[in-house]
Amino acid sequence: MNWDPLILTFQLACITTIILFMIAIPLANWLAHTKSKWKPIVETFVSMPLVLPPTVLGFYLLIAFSPSNRFGNWLEEYLGISLVFSFLGLVIASVIYSLPFMVQPIQSGLSNLSPQLREASYVLGKSKWTTLRKVLLPSIKPSLLTGVVLSFAHTVGEFGVVLMIGGNIPGQTKVASIAIYDEVESLNYAAANNYSMILFITTFVILLSVYLVNGAYVRKKYS
Amino acid sequence: MIDLRLEKALDAPRGKMNLVFEEQIEPGNFVAITGKSGSGKTSILRMIAGLLQADDGHIRLSNDVWYDQKNKIYKTPQKRRIAYLFQDYALFPTMTVRQNLEYALEPKQGKEVVEELLQTVELAQMADRKPEKLSGGQQQRVALARALVRKPDILLLDEPLSALDQEMRSTMQDYILQLHKRYKPTTILISHDISEILKLADELIVLEEGKVIKRGAPIEIISSAKLGGKFTFTGKVIAIEQQEFLYILTILIGRELVKVIADQEELEDLVIGDKVVVSSKAFNPIVERIR
Repeated sequence: MNWDPLILTFQLACITTIILFMIAIPLANWLAHTKSKWKPIVETFVSMPLVLPPTVLGFYLLIAFSPSNRFGNWLEEYLGISLVFSFLGLVIASVIYSLPFMVQPIQSGLSNLSPQLREASYVLGKSKWTTLRKVLLPSIKPSLLTGVVLSFAHTVGEFGVVLMIGGNIPGQTKVASIAIYDEVESLNYAAANNYSMILFITTFVILLSVYLVNGAYVRKKYS
Repeated sequence: MIDLRLEKALDAPRGKMNLVFEEQIEPGNFVAITGKSGSGKTSILRMIAGLLQADDGHIRLSNDVWYDQKNKIYKTPQKRRIAYLFQDYALFPTMTVRQNLEYALEPKQGKEVVEELLQTVELAQMADRKPEKLSGGQQQRVALARALVRKPDILLLDEPLSALDQEMRSTMQDYILQLHKRYKPTTILISHDISEILKLADELIVLEEGKVIKRGAPIEIISSAKLGGKFTFTGKVIAIEQQEFLYILTILIGRELVKVIADQEELEDLVIGDKVVVSSKAFNPIVERIR
């Protein structure tokens, strides 16, 4: 069996999750506390990948990244990177695609904290960043874990976006979900089953561990 | 001298309210603010702390300006040397008691003050526990100690004891008094409790609908308002019994049943279930300490 698609999938999921974690914390923090009139618009954009068919997202990314487009052309000419049919393009697409899965748990965790927790830290002379890092984030560990695991699992499971902008290049963009599709198309059911079974079991184990850990956390806190 | 003038349009329960608060406070003084809920007390504290922006006014300290609308000065809460004691304690749940206090340390400030404060509020033995493992009173002591780590210029107490039972309150008041004597922060306390105000404050400000209606020594204000040399209670008539020339009324006051003698005149169209005022002038009640 060729392990490359599986390795690629988990590489993609790891990198995407790390980037998402770094982007989502400031974004979720802003969304949880802002009174800006732009908030609903930003929230809508963040949540859109939840309802939009992945192919729609993939299609527009394909258009945007393609060298015939002004943006794609600029990327290629000035930065020398091509995002279509490349691993980097997949990472960017996955970040956008899984954004709500990271932002929403963190945002709701932060909004559920008492505002006095923040205020108490501010009047103790601590900056917003210190407050976030030392007081707020440690208080929402279950939400952070949920965000990380859901985005990881969701990236593992993505198909439509990858198909649109990644294509099917072995070792580059051929992730497990694509490989399964590929094997089924060539009537190679045994190989498709191997990949499928591994994805099935891994996602089951990942999600189960989240529910176990968060369940124990909640029980400890409120018992 | 701390010179305060704060104006703010607020959305009060009964429509718009214009809060105007002017006050000069001697450094080290203990000022209490009282008033009905919605009279703007908490907003004043929040504006002093910088958690709420005033529309107009200033906050000037002898050596510093925190806020001045005319000169466009506005310091963030972080830049004001303030301590704020919240009603629900606002302790950091992921830190132990000691970590909560250490968190408040300024860069380069020595850790001795943490131990000293833990000793003062008698929590040194519990320093390694998480706040959730402490009682309400203990949590409030941690919050008080944490507030004082930075040696604030102004200590703001927003009904800090309202969630505690009577005995706890009394102990906490002793701690507050003790710490105030020791560190001398200028203190502003919001309270509804007369005995608490009398015990702690040097000055009392009464607020109504966003305006100061009275200010002065607590004992003078309280005695003129509430204690007119007589006792007044409201209650409900439960029973009326006739005995020869007199009547005996049974009245429910709070949760106590009281029997009162009444004559024919007083009983005029009084029926069971009526609400009544029971008052007494010029008498000599027996006062005993409750144990």
